[in-house]
Amino acid sequence: MSPAALQIVPKSDADPAAAQEPAKRKPVRFKGRSFMALVLTPEQPVNDWLAELDALAARSPGFFGDRPVVLDVSLLRLSPRMIAALLGDLDQRGVRIIGVEGCDPKFLDGPNARLAMPVGGRAAGEISAPEASTGKVGGSLIINQPVRSGQSVSFQGDVTICGSVASGAEVIASGSIHVYGALRGRAIAGSAGDRKARIFCRRLDAELLAIDGVYMTTEDLNRALRGKPATAWLDGEALRVAALD
Amino acid sequence: MAEVLVVTSGKGGVGKTTSTAALGAALAQTGQSVCVVDFDVGLRNLDLVMGAERRVVYDLINVVQGDANLNQALIRDKRIDSLSLLPASQTRDKDALTAEGVERVIGELKNRFDWIICDSPAGIERGAYFAMRHADLAVIVTNPEVSSVRDSDRIIGLLDSKTEKAERGEVMEKLLLLTRYSPERAERGDMLKVEDVLEILSISLLGIIPESPEVLKASNLGSPVTLANPISAPSRAYLDAARRLRGETVPMTVPTERKGFLGNLFGRRAA
Repeated sequence: MSPAALQIVPKSDADPAAAQEPAKRKPVRFKGRSFMALVLTPEQPVNDWLAELDALAARSPGFFGDRPVVLDVSLLRLSPRMIAALLGDLDQRGVRIIGVEGCDPKFLDGPNARLAMPVGGRAAGEISAPEASTGKVGGSLIINQPVRSGQSVSFQGDVTICGSVASGAEVIASGSIHVYGALRGRAIAGSAGDRKARIFCRRLDAELLAIDGVYMTTEDLNRALRGKPATAWLDGEALRVAALD
Repeated sequence: MAEVLVVTSGKGGVGKTTSTAALGAALAQTGQSVCVVDFDVGLRNLDLVMGAERRVVYDLINVVQGDANLNQALIRDKRIDSLSLLPASQTRDKDALTAEGVERVIGELKNRFDWIICDSPAGIERGAYFAMRHADLAVIVTNPEVSSVRDSDRIIGLLDSKTEKAERGEVMEKLLLLTRYSPERAERGDMLKVEDVLEILSISLLGIIPESPEVLKASNLGSPVTLANPISAPSRAYLDAARRLRGETVPMTVPTERKGFLGNLFGRRAA
């Protein structure tokens, strides 16, 4: 970067007293920041692997979303042209590749040249892909036991719990959440962006309620509703809670 | 068939070790052969509460790692013949426990005893995991206060997912032992009531142990409270709990101290 770009140029209508002082150079500041990237390691045959990837994306829309993805091609012996083709395939699927590793950087040419990853990085364990057993998208999950502290239930669709949700437990549903017991933990409904999702419970004592990203903690909750059967819904940009009776 | 019982809580200081010793001794007092096993490797206490700290030669880790056999490590109680202790190591840490080793030790103990009572360390890490791993039933020790209750809830979730029994698809029986309970303070609202705790945890109740100086007194004497003073309120509660473990139906009460004239005069001297 040229020094000129960093100089502060006083505006012409600025305070004249200030303008007479020699412009101070603002130091360039650096900050470290770490991101968790998903590392995709395709295996041969690539077409089958892509099909499996499509199936995963169908099971869990938004799994890749805005996640940064690093492509590790070390298991494949690809020519530069094949790498470019694979990058194109992934791009079509909306997978955001921020870097490629596991091949000679010279193999990345043209616009892909900037994707060569510096050596390094620290492995951060497996990221669990959504299981096929979570059932069909938009379905319903019924849990016949209490959700204990520390447990997390996550489902694409509606979740019904015949029991309580303990303090320190969380239920995340892309649809609505029904709790036939005390709701003492967190309930996050409409997690994939459903404004119509609702939360129902027989006894409201939740740590946190959220619908489509709008959330509320117990502190913000009307005290009169505590311990009552209640429902929560989204009204414009506000989360509303009312007694159910 | 031997029963493997884990005494666990998540939270520390709620009375796991005291309860392990008291229940172990109470079961042995009914004629059952019992082994209490300390899984708190590195922070062992059960030997002290059992009054066996000067008799420890080999420990659980030695047996797990094959450096000693069970006969060498088991310490037979001097007061009750049918009660034995397998102490933990104080100089090692939980990493010294291995899955195969623990499984083998529990298997061998099952051939020798009617009851194997595993005293779990606090927390939800390796030691607690191995203590609950092979259990047939669990006693959840909980104090009537919110943090203990939430930690117990967390442990119940783990009992339902991380144990051998859960992995076989079976349901682990979980029983609540409410310790340090004071009916007066619960009535005043200073403490959670029994019903509150049961409602939150939704498991069945094994017993309610009243808060009592007798418990600390017995620990410092190196004796399970049921042996040190069998007629004290906590001892009677533990003895009732042990009878319930054996399948008897015993009405649920919170025992209180029987204080006569002399009790009133000398009652405060202890503790």
